[in-house]
Amino acid sequence: MADERTTLPTVPQSRGLSPRRTPLSVVWIIPIVAAALGVWVAVTRILSEGPEIIITFASAEGLEAGKTKINYKGVDVGTITKIRLSEDHMRVIANAQMAPKTEDFLTDDTQFWVVRPRISGATISGLSTLISGSYIGMEIGKSKTSKREFIALETPPVVSEGVPGRFFVLQTSNLGSLDIGTPLFFRHLQVGQIASYRLDKSGRNFTMRVFVKAPYDQYVNPNTRFWQASGIDVQLSASGLSVRTESLLSILIGGVAFETPTDTTEVLSPADAEAVFTLYSSRAEAYEPPPKHPQTYQVIFKESVRGLLPGAPVELRGIKIGQVTDIRAQIDFKTAQFSVPVTIELDPQRLGVEVFGQPSPAELEAARRRVIDSLVAHGVRGQLRTGNLLTGAALVAFDFFPGAKPVSVDWSQKPVQLPTIPGDLQVTERKVEDIVDKIDQMPFTAIGDELKNALGQLNLTLASARGTFNTADSMISPDSPQAQELSSTLMEISRMARSLRVLADYLEQHPEALIRGKPGEPK
Amino acid sequence: MGVTPATAMQYGLQNCGSCGLLSWPVPGLAEGHCPRCAEPVAFRKRDSIQRTWAFVIAAAVCYIPANLLPVLTTTTATGTDSDTILQGVILLWSPTGWPLSLIVLIASIIIPSAKIAVLVYLLITVQRGSVRINEQRIRLFRMVEIIGRWSMVDVFVDTFTAALVQLQPLMSVEPGPGLFFFAMVVVLTMLAVESFDRRLIWDAASEQGVQYG
Repeated sequence: MADERTTLPTVPQSRGLSPRRTPLSVVWIIPIVAAALGVWVAVTRILSEGPEIIITFASAEGLEAGKTKINYKGVDVGTITKIRLSEDHMRVIANAQMAPKTEDFLTDDTQFWVVRPRISGATISGLSTLISGSYIGMEIGKSKTSKREFIALETPPVVSEGVPGRFFVLQTSNLGSLDIGTPLFFRHLQVGQIASYRLDKSGRNFTMRVFVKAPYDQYVNPNTRFWQASGIDVQLSASGLSVRTESLLSILIGGVAFETPTDTTEVLSPADAEAVFTLYSSRAEAYEPPPKHPQTYQVIFKESVRGLLPGAPVELRGIKIGQVTDIRAQIDFKTAQFSVPVTIELDPQRLGVEVFGQPSPAELEAARRRVIDSLVAHGVRGQLRTGNLLTGAALVAFDFFPGAKPVSVDWSQKPVQLPTIPGDLQVTERKVEDIVDKIDQMPFTAIGDELKNALGQLNLTLASARGTFNTADSMISPDSPQAQELSSTLMEISRMARSLRVLADYLEQHPEALIRGKPGEPK
Repeated sequence: MGVTPATAMQYGLQNCGSCGLLSWPVPGLAEGHCPRCAEPVAFRKRDSIQRTWAFVIAAAVCYIPANLLPVLTTTTATGTDSDTILQGVILLWSPTGWPLSLIVLIASIIIPSAKIAVLVYLLITVQRGSVRINEQRIRLFRMVEIIGRWSMVDVFVDTFTAALVQLQPLMSVEPGPGLFFFAMVVVLTMLAVESFDRRLIWDAASEQGVQYG
């Protein structure tokens, strides 16, 4: 090459450069860095992925693979990645990629459900999903057993875990308008909800779980009464019309109210969680104290017991002391006597008979006999009375009849028979009948005819009176001839009076004129 | 009547890539600085094959996360969506919007991968001393050189969108990690093109006495 170099003298020589030390170019750092970056990103992506779970839904409505989020308390904890049908095409199986560190959320009793706009009686929920689309709600379970496959709930759970409060169990035979989510009221304050209910195997009773939020759960004690506060309770009593309702909401959708009767002096500790209560159908029923020591007696009536039904009250001077449990009929063929033995159940505690100490049953029995014997001796008798004039419902009333025939109670009978006297219903009926008869016997037709005649006479009299009045009227009217004559006569009289006055004046001045006559006048 | 053209290298001359001046290297050395403009001069670009390989491999590595990671995260009232390039293409694909979808598909997926493929092809043929279809190869190279920079448009569009669409809380757009890798692919392929010495394409032809004209 040197010779060629000399043949091209105009070409300059470049400045020297120190020879390279390494045969490998520094530029290889770039792919290494790129690879490292890629690996780092990949690793962080893999590390940031949580567990994958499978949720089975009844329907994939509103769900979208890659878009639908799993949301726990407003935090995205996962995304639905795949939706497919189950083998039998009955359900929808969705795979979900959970966020990292959610492993401990996914336990045996973790629950999932689809949050959609939902309007049920008590609540409107999930309105935000109208814009954002459905998402999957989640409730973290308390179990420690890990789980990866879940079956979604059809409806979101009413009570969120972690809300302080307690569950109680209510038993009722009639569900009424109650439903999951129906509010629970305590002194008109909404303090909880019905969480679930199920029908017993017998198909007769409902067992429902209700949730009472803290701090109101402390007001539930073993003596608390629960009742259905559905709708309006209207009562017409001597004190007027009283309307009771828990709230407008409960009128619309029903509700359950609870209260603890305040008459108990003892302070009860709050009831345990899951304690069982009876759900009464009304407040009145809830407040009716349950019989404590009911005793069965029998009263025999010889009259008609029409209107008396099992459950009818038994009253002593208007105070309810028990109820009718059974009504039967019996005929004594020897005497052809028909009578109705009515079985009644009396609760002496309703009379305010408080038992002190711990008496033995025999002592109690003796005391009871003494009381009843003394009452009967003072003339207490059972009687059938009408309780309601409109419906004709009857009741058994005990009252004092000092004039009653003295009887004694036969304690050997079973059940013990209490003395009765004929009800004043019959007596009243007879009296009313008498009155009606008397009214019936009155000669209403004759009276009517007489009255008609008298009225005709009166009419005639009135006509003649009118004629008289008319005549009188024409006589005193100003343009009648009588009036005119009267006025002209009066005028004549006044003229005469004037000339008399002139004559009198003249005679006063000239008394002689009486004798001589007027002067200047020719005699 | 063709001739085999002589190259400057055959005469021991170096051509300055910056000002075009021919110069002799210092005896015993292969490289130097241009006596006129002080740019480094060599017979062929220094480590051209090696450097191009390095950039192409780096670009290929970056191409994977660029397509797997989301390039754009859109937060609207209805939720947050992260879309990769391919998801964007699918999203845009509709009976009326398909041309736009096609543009994104060509500009963001086909062109970067084609660039990498072309560079790899050129490198392999050069290393194997291939003399075939030189003209097509140099044409391919020129195309890659020209198109290369336009792939940055994607990156610009994304960053502009992210900067402009910040209607908190209604809507906001944020660039995803994929965008960074996509930009890396574009830059690295441009650097690879830059470091590739096109004269290598026909060096083998000169050595083997291929005639032109």
